[in-house]
Amino acid sequence: MDTLLEILRGLHPEVDYENCETLIDDKIIDSFDIVTLISDISDEFDITIPVEEIKPENFNSAKAIYAMIERLKEEE
Amino acid sequence: MKKKILINVAAICVAILILMFIQRLLMPKYMTEIPEGNLVEEYYDEVKKHDVIFIGDCEVFSNVSPITLWENYGITSYIRGSAQQLIWQSYYLLEETLAYEKPDVVVYNVLAMKYNEPQKEAYNRLTLDGMKLSKSKIGAIKASMMKDEVFITYLFPILRYHSRWSDLTQEDFKYVFKKDTLSHNGYLMRIDTKPVHIIPKGKKLPNYQFGENSYYYLEKMTKLCKDNDIELLLIKSPSVYPYWYEEWDEQMVNFAKENNLTYINFLEVVDEIGIDYSTDTFDGGLHLNLSGAEKFSLYLGKILSETFGVPDQRDNAEMKKIWDEKVDFYYAMKADQEREMAEYGYLKSYGAQAQQMEAE
Amino acid sequence: MLFTSYEFLAFLVVLFVIYYLIPKKFQWMLLLVASYLFYLVAGIGYIFYIIATTLSTYLASFKINQLQERQVNYIKENKETLSREERKEYKAAMKKKQKTWLILCLLFNFGILAVLKYTDFVIANMNALLDIFSVGTKLPFLRFALPLGISFYTFQTMGYIIDVYREKYTYEKNVFRLALFVSFFPQLIQGPISRFDDLKKTLFDEHSYDAKNISFGLQRILWGYFKKLVIADRLLIAVNTIVGNPEDYQGVFVLVGMFFYAIELYCDFTGGIDIVIGIAQVLGIHVEENFIRPYFSKSITEYWRRWHITLGTWFKDYMFYPISVSKSMLELSKKCRKWFGNEIGKRIPVYVASIVVWFTTGIWHGAAWNFIVWGLLNCLVILVSQECTPLYLKFHKRFHVADKLWYRIFQIGRTFWLMSFLRTLDCYRDVSTTFRMYGTIVTKHNYYELFQGGLMNLGLSVAEYILLLICVTLILIVSLLQRSGSVREKLAAKPMWVRYTVYFALFLAILLFGAYGVGYDSSQFIYSQF
Repeated sequence: MDTLLEILRGLHPEVDYENCETLIDDKIIDSFDIVTLISDISDEFDITIPVEEIKPENFNSAKAIYAMIERLKEEE
Repeated sequence: MKKKILINVAAICVAILILMFIQRLLMPKYMTEIPEGNLVEEYYDEVKKHDVIFIGDCEVFSNVSPITLWENYGITSYIRGSAQQLIWQSYYLLEETLAYEKPDVVVYNVLAMKYNEPQKEAYNRLTLDGMKLSKSKIGAIKASMMKDEVFITYLFPILRYHSRWSDLTQEDFKYVFKKDTLSHNGYLMRIDTKPVHIIPKGKKLPNYQFGENSYYYLEKMTKLCKDNDIELLLIKSPSVYPYWYEEWDEQMVNFAKENNLTYINFLEVVDEIGIDYSTDTFDGGLHLNLSGAEKFSLYLGKILSETFGVPDQRDNAEMKKIWDEKVDFYYAMKADQEREMAEYGYLKSYGAQAQQMEAE
Repeated sequence: MLFTSYEFLAFLVVLFVIYYLIPKKFQWMLLLVASYLFYLVAGIGYIFYIIATTLSTYLASFKINQLQERQVNYIKENKETLSREERKEYKAAMKKKQKTWLILCLLFNFGILAVLKYTDFVIANMNALLDIFSVGTKLPFLRFALPLGISFYTFQTMGYIIDVYREKYTYEKNVFRLALFVSFFPQLIQGPISRFDDLKKTLFDEHSYDAKNISFGLQRILWGYFKKLVIADRLLIAVNTIVGNPEDYQGVFVLVGMFFYAIELYCDFTGGIDIVIGIAQVLGIHVEENFIRPYFSKSITEYWRRWHITLGTWFKDYMFYPISVSKSMLELSKKCRKWFGNEIGKRIPVYVASIVVWFTTGIWHGAAWNFIVWGLLNCLVILVSQECTPLYLKFHKRFHVADKLWYRIFQIGRTFWLMSFLRTLDCYRDVSTTFRMYGTIVTKHNYYELFQGGLMNLGLSVAEYILLLICVTLILIVSLLQRSGSVREKLAAKPMWVRYTVYFALFLAILLFGAYGVGYDSSQFIYSQF
């Protein structure tokens, strides 16, 4: 989780990732961010995030992102 | 619920009334410029008892004076003419007229035989907009529409004239409900003069044969008159322009022979009529002025009276009453035009641009 | 049929009446018939293309679904006996088969689009190349005619098959329902590009007569025609004069043309979409918005979230993400991180994907270089502004202007002019002319001509300019009102006489002031050749 938070802070240091649950809905993270995020995450966690996973439910909060990462790791 | 429906119906009625008013406002009034635009419409106010009906283009509505015909022969006539009236429009106007009355004679000027296809949207409007809605009008519209014209714009002229919103003048407001009469049973009076200088011979044409469409409608017209027991008289009015070719004249002579009709080319008897093209035309030979029209009408009237037996209605009390008024109106306008000529040197309020445009 | 034709209006009236008279379960079928009729009027031959797209997509979706079900069943049945490895292998193999069907479908349909739309463009460029090498022969143009709406319905349908492959939803079993989704007539001319799961919510439903929907829908249609006929078609006269005669209208007139075109395109496009969404609403069908007051955007990225929204999201979901997070892209990115450092490496997916997407967006708008240049310039500006974000952050930390009204107005103005500038590439006949005209803005000093009646030489009269000013102000007011909630809702709260007066006034304005009929050039929606 901490690695994830580090990656996120690298994108937008000013955001409170611990509590924010509307990263996508409030356009805090845009599509460019998502791409960079996915690139970093797949590198760090050694998983593949398929395109189908790119939906608001999975990226609206740090918690959601982490849950997705865990799930994908499971399925591998 | 009932109240709601009533309110909605009322609202729609109000909307329709407003639209009708706006449509009237936007349609051109043709009071000072292009008075030809009013010719077709003026017929409907008439007491429809005419023994002779003229149909055709400006060579009838500028060259024939029904008042002269009345004063000298007691002939009651009406000219259902309009600017550049095409033959199918003439046919449908005649068809419409016959739904109102049955004249003894119909006189048709054959110049329009040269136009086999629809010509100009503007002229279509001048002829068709004035017609009351009828089967004949629908037929005329369909036969007249140019490629990019749309039928519905004839049913709802607001669709055609809406762009005049930025061109509205005092005239549009003054005459929105009622217009003054401008013609004398379809005759547009002009007393001014512009002499003919030269009459050049017409250019050589690749083909002199009148088109199939023209003949189609001429035959229809012939049949319509025959079926209604009406004598059809074909004429070539004594205007010098547009040039009337020998080859065209021949075709009309032949047609008349084949169909048992009379065809008279009045250009051949201008001397007999007494027309002097230095004093009897107001635009260099395209149209006769009052002086020329009266001379022509005098001559034509004799033929109508003697050869065609058109009755003298001067002892008919009803007719006399109606026509006395028309005669007064006629001479009043003549006096007014003379006044304008004296004051301005030209006819200020009696413009006739459509005729000039036609010449071009 | 053009939206702005008497035939189309008659078609709509007849459709609306029949729609609410027939049994509700036939309503969607009526729409299918109506859509095909609408299509046939555009040209009888073209119907084969849309049928081909429908059938090929149906076949592919059927096959993909079949494989998906087989996959699920097989795994369920053999839950005990399969090892993790075997399961993974089986899934991958099945996925590959499904992907084959997907690829075939995409190739076939995008292929049709590409051949019909871009063959002559390719030929033109080959001829240019041949010229450069002084080869005498020239290839002849094939002049394919484009079926109505092919760019829109192809994209919409391919989005569907991709979603089916991605298991976003299950395929549509009824081929006729699919056919309606593909050919839904209001969307054929300028979109929006809908998603199947969105449209499905209301497209096939049974719709009862709903006074509010019908009233709101009709209002929206009226508003669309108002923008289209009164403003767009009128301004088009001036725009055409300027861009059609680049030698006579330079310097300040290029700016005038730019400004007029911005308004004209906005009114034409959003007006058309209003008509589309309005028609759908009258039918009880919900279609997603395609514009959200785009000229109020404060940045180019925001602009592209508010202008032609459905095209943007289509490219994002079906091109940008797939390219940028694909395995090969991530590997490329990894390699670049190794060779060129982290900063460059991590930018690779975004940059490559952006360039491809914007190139394609450009060429989607037209088979010509000026559209490609336009697309790539948009890409450039977006990427540059992306790179400048840290600078902006610093600036805003130092100067607290972000929520000051004047600053926001400045941002709006800046974005408006930037986009208008770029959009001018749409107008002139080629790229070199456009840049030449850009140049004259600085080099030709004819600003005084504006004050000497220069605007009167564009085909519009004083009365028309006044009318335009009033109408554009009206649109501005409505847009501002809209920010705090639906304008139609606000209107619905007003007394009846107010509402009826507004409806009638709007109708009258279109009737009187619409730039239609004899004397005005009939103009198509700009996007209708897509």
